[in-house]
Amino acid sequence: MMHQFELETAQNPGALKRIVIEPVSRVEGHGKVTILLDDDNKVHQVRLHIVEFRGFEKFIEGRPYWEVPVLVQRLCGICPVSHHLAASKAMDMIVGAAQLTPTAEKIRRLMHYGQMLQSHALHFFHLSSPDLLFGFDSDVAKRNIVGVAAANPDVAKKGVLLRKFGQEVIRVTSGKRVHGTGSVPGGVNKSLTAEERGYLLKDADQMVAWSRDAVTIIKQLHMANPALYDSFGAVPSTMMSLIGADGELDFYHGALRARDVTGEVMFDQVSYQGYNTLLTEGVKPWSYMKFPYITALGDEKGWYKVGPLARIQNCDRIPTPQAEEERVQFMAYGGSKPMHGSLGFHWARMIEMLCAAETIKELLVDPDIMGADIVTRGPRAEEGIGVIEAPRGTLFHHYRVDENDVVTYANLIVSTTNNNTAMNVAVRDVAKNYLTGHEVTEGLLNHIEVAIRCFDPCLSCATHAIGKMPLEVSLVNADGVEIDRMVKSESGEITK
Amino acid sequence: MSNESFFLDEEEIPFAEGQTIIQAALSAGKYIPHLCYHPEFKPHGSCKLCTVRIDSRTITTEDGQTVKIPGRAAASCTTPAQAGQHVESETDELRDLRRTLVQMLLVEGNHYCPSCEKSGKCMLQGLAYDLGVMDPHFPQYFSKREVDASHADILLDFNRCILCELCVRASAEMDKKNVFSLSGRGNTKHLICNSESGMLGDTNLAATDKAANVCPVGVILHKRHGFEVPYGQRRFDKAPISDNAVQYAPVKEQV
Repeated sequence: MMHQFELETAQNPGALKRIVIEPVSRVEGHGKVTILLDDDNKVHQVRLHIVEFRGFEKFIEGRPYWEVPVLVQRLCGICPVSHHLAASKAMDMIVGAAQLTPTAEKIRRLMHYGQMLQSHALHFFHLSSPDLLFGFDSDVAKRNIVGVAAANPDVAKKGVLLRKFGQEVIRVTSGKRVHGTGSVPGGVNKSLTAEERGYLLKDADQMVAWSRDAVTIIKQLHMANPALYDSFGAVPSTMMSLIGADGELDFYHGALRARDVTGEVMFDQVSYQGYNTLLTEGVKPWSYMKFPYITALGDEKGWYKVGPLARIQNCDRIPTPQAEEERVQFMAYGGSKPMHGSLGFHWARMIEMLCAAETIKELLVDPDIMGADIVTRGPRAEEGIGVIEAPRGTLFHHYRVDENDVVTYANLIVSTTNNNTAMNVAVRDVAKNYLTGHEVTEGLLNHIEVAIRCFDPCLSCATHAIGKMPLEVSLVNADGVEIDRMVKSESGEITK
Repeated sequence: MSNESFFLDEEEIPFAEGQTIIQAALSAGKYIPHLCYHPEFKPHGSCKLCTVRIDSRTITTEDGQTVKIPGRAAASCTTPAQAGQHVESETDELRDLRRTLVQMLLVEGNHYCPSCEKSGKCMLQGLAYDLGVMDPHFPQYFSKREVDASHADILLDFNRCILCELCVRASAEMDKKNVFSLSGRGNTKHLICNSESGMLGDTNLAATDKAANVCPVGVILHKRHGFEVPYGQRRFDKAPISDNAVQYAPVKEQV
């Protein structure tokens, strides 16, 4: 088992060859990987750097609270619904809406499961299927969605139409496919008309069937090559996710559960209201993205992974029948041991997509989604924490709002940020196992990217902090010798 | 109503004595873009969006060439209609001018439409769409402006102020409170509140005042209300700002 700090920092970086993968492709946002090798191509240092800088936590300050769910979703163009809803859940607390009306909660769930469907379809079919169907070191010219469409038109078509359906669910519930306004503090601004419900319902069965097909594709790939799929980018770690009150998979609401590397429950039904004592956000000088860990375990042992692989193995059951059948098969495959191979994310992700499609169908036949009682209010509060299971994992939004209705504090722990250490460990595992001693080729370097893609990282979302990040700027001459250096500490102090 | 008329883009427009060009045009269902004009208040003539050309002429030169001599440019909200005059509004030149004015307003303030409660019902945004503004064109000012959240029911977001003075006029003329005023000159001109502290919370503005409900953009907002109208049902989702011009006409003319 690889130690999380192994290969993070080389002893003699100036003497090593440097390979840079920039930008990492087929992920959302901008990141790069640097690899330092010696003359024998032995790997000494591997880092996934997040080079974007956003600043949302800072410029939310001073804005009126009712604007936040609409403003903060601009963090992302792929899963804005997650931010829209996590912020709305936090603002529900601000306006005292302890319990939403049935219509409001079900419309939000419909929006969220539509989001889960479209995001997972996008990731699997558009971003990852080229690697999985053609091979990690296949012809790079064809290793893309266009190549998939040419070789497997039926697979590509289903991928495109699944995503389109998920986006249509979002449009109908929020007004737009991307960056709508459906959710407001205390509820939603619309329910569904009979026409809207009928429009979505006519395709719902087809989407369930196609989602099941997608599970079959990845399951067969996994079983056809267990040596690769079980071990590639292995990240044995703690797994954390929200869980429903009865231990069921729930993307919209619940409490936190974590299992250790062997699958034993470490904590369960922990209210996310205490997230900021449960978790600590660590920082490293070479990345804009933080490194959260479970406070009680410390930064060395407390890191964890979130997202589909954690959720599917964390829950006791999935509430929808077909996805539950697939979960049982998934768990049986691993036997008594949890699956930690990064490629397992894809299988888990497709089971979640099936769950989303089934849930959408169930919600569409629920009469509550056409109800008129859409907003509720209660006693005003000054602090709100909203947590949701976004496509990429657990998403935390935390705000304080003063008596004048203005936000004075914002803290976000974005899904991808939770996976930061796990992604770095996966990348180092792949670099160590595949690159060491070999002549580096494009195909080999794509192995690194394949490991990152398993996590479906959203790098734009994950780099929102301002004023807290230590920064280091080095000026290096042509011989690799550092000739100048400036450091900004965590407190903001700049030294040379 | 008199029997007198003038011509707007070659169309005959009747007008009553004392009416301005924009009042007569809007009453006749002909839209002229505007921001600081409001049917319930005295004309202001400051935004210049309603600029028209009056009595352009065409002459033939000695060598037989036809040349157009542009008429005088005037704000149609402050210019009285006169019988027989020929007014041009929907010309390429004037649309370019108006588009430029809107672009300058957009870069001068901080207009982040995606998270603005007034999006879809904002007259500046509506005009930008109507005039085909595709980009800011000019460099953003990124002015640093604070939000005044001191009032119990009303929030002021100065980032979006276009200095139309509708709130100033509403408070003075209708509410009789003089809550708002403009201060400073040129680039430093800005909206202020009439209280010793300068804060809105220390004025006697009420949420039901005309001044609290007249802002054409997203400056004066009612607290705890946001994004309650879904996409597709907002004012300018249903029809562009230029549609149904008579809605902007003086009230007595709308009947």
